[in-house]
Amino acid sequence: MNINATLIGQAIWFGFFIWITMKYVWPPLQKAMADRQAQIADGLAAAERGKHEQELAAKRSADALREAKEKSSDLIAQAEKRAQQIVEEAKGTAKVEADKVVAGAKAEIDQEVERAKQALRERVAELAVAGAEKILRKEINASAHADMLVALKQDL
Amino acid sequence: MSAEGGTAGYIQHHLTNLVVCADSAKVDGVCTGFWSFHLDTLLVSGILGLVVFGFMALMASKATSGVPSGGQNFVEMVVGLVDQQVRDTFHGKSALVTPLAITIFVWVFVMNAMDLIPVDFLPVALQAATGNHELPFKFVPTTDPNLTFGMSITVFFIMIWMNLKVKGLGGYLHEIFTAPFGAKLAPVNFIFRVVEDIAKPISLALRLFGNMYAGEMVFILIALLGLYQLPLALPWALFHILIITLQAFVFMMLTVVYMSMAAESH
Repeated sequence: MNINATLIGQAIWFGFFIWITMKYVWPPLQKAMADRQAQIADGLAAAERGKHEQELAAKRSADALREAKEKSSDLIAQAEKRAQQIVEEAKGTAKVEADKVVAGAKAEIDQEVERAKQALRERVAELAVAGAEKILRKEINASAHADMLVALKQDL
Repeated sequence: MSAEGGTAGYIQHHLTNLVVCADSAKVDGVCTGFWSFHLDTLLVSGILGLVVFGFMALMASKATSGVPSGGQNFVEMVVGLVDQQVRDTFHGKSALVTPLAITIFVWVFVMNAMDLIPVDFLPVALQAATGNHELPFKFVPTTDPNLTFGMSITVFFIMIWMNLKVKGLGGYLHEIFTAPFGAKLAPVNFIFRVVEDIAKPISLALRLFGNMYAGEMVFILIALLGLYQLPLALPWALFHILIITLQAFVFMMLTVVYMSMAAESH
């Protein structure tokens, strides 16, 4: 173990290498590592934010879906109601129309009956006259009814 | 395994540094004075440091906060590990502590890792390349106390600087003379403090040196077994991976603890 001036030389080497590390190795590496750490932290925060936003969006879409369902069931109920109404209305109209047709038919029937009655009445008169004629032909003779005929002549 | 000098010579050769010094500093033609340099320690630690810190600086210069490349990812992993330890231990604000901890961990780790290259590979290759078969060359810089003390003494001075910066000269002196027993026992406090602070760089340096030196020694002894080294060298190398990492981590961690103590008032 002989100590000599090598010691001084080694101290100089040591100091030189400390200087290199202090000036050229540590600062850029420290900066790069710190920057990367910041980037990773930012990335993780962004991921967290994205996840949160995705949850919110899922909630929103569920809400929208439920609203749409409610709206559509409302619409269906309304439409059914309206359909029923239309059917009711149609029924009413049909009844009125039918009544009108029935009334028309009745009136016509009445007219027909009246006409038939008229015709029958006329026929009855004719028959009465024809019957009367036949009776008259048998009963009547000029002599027997001369007085009446004379009276008629005089009326004319 | 070179046969010259026998077993003792082999071991001795593996534990000898490549020393250079000016002719005027030589004693009997050998560099034993203070002004001599372990060329192997200086070169290997310097080249390893230049390669790894150059690579890290290159990766850092291309660093992006987006998807990182494989290299950037690897560097970030290492740097992030050290940074986490610093965050857990050091609660002050300092632009120096994390880079200091990164430098220590990475540099000590790669230097220790040289231990995993079989003990004769690189020295023999170098001897063949230079033609000098007696050329000593230690490839594990952390087995040289000059390196570990060079680092720990630097850490010691940074620690004092940190004390002065955080507490100011008055605050630092006040702490030295009054903690932990109060102003009445100022001399005792001072002696305690001196022992405590001197012990820090010595324990840092000797722990790393001792662990790596012992590990290297075991590798050398295993290498002496010839063919029988094969079933032994692998388990020891696997076990040594643990020591390599642990020692780098301990040196870094203790440095951070010392800095944290320096930055906190008692």
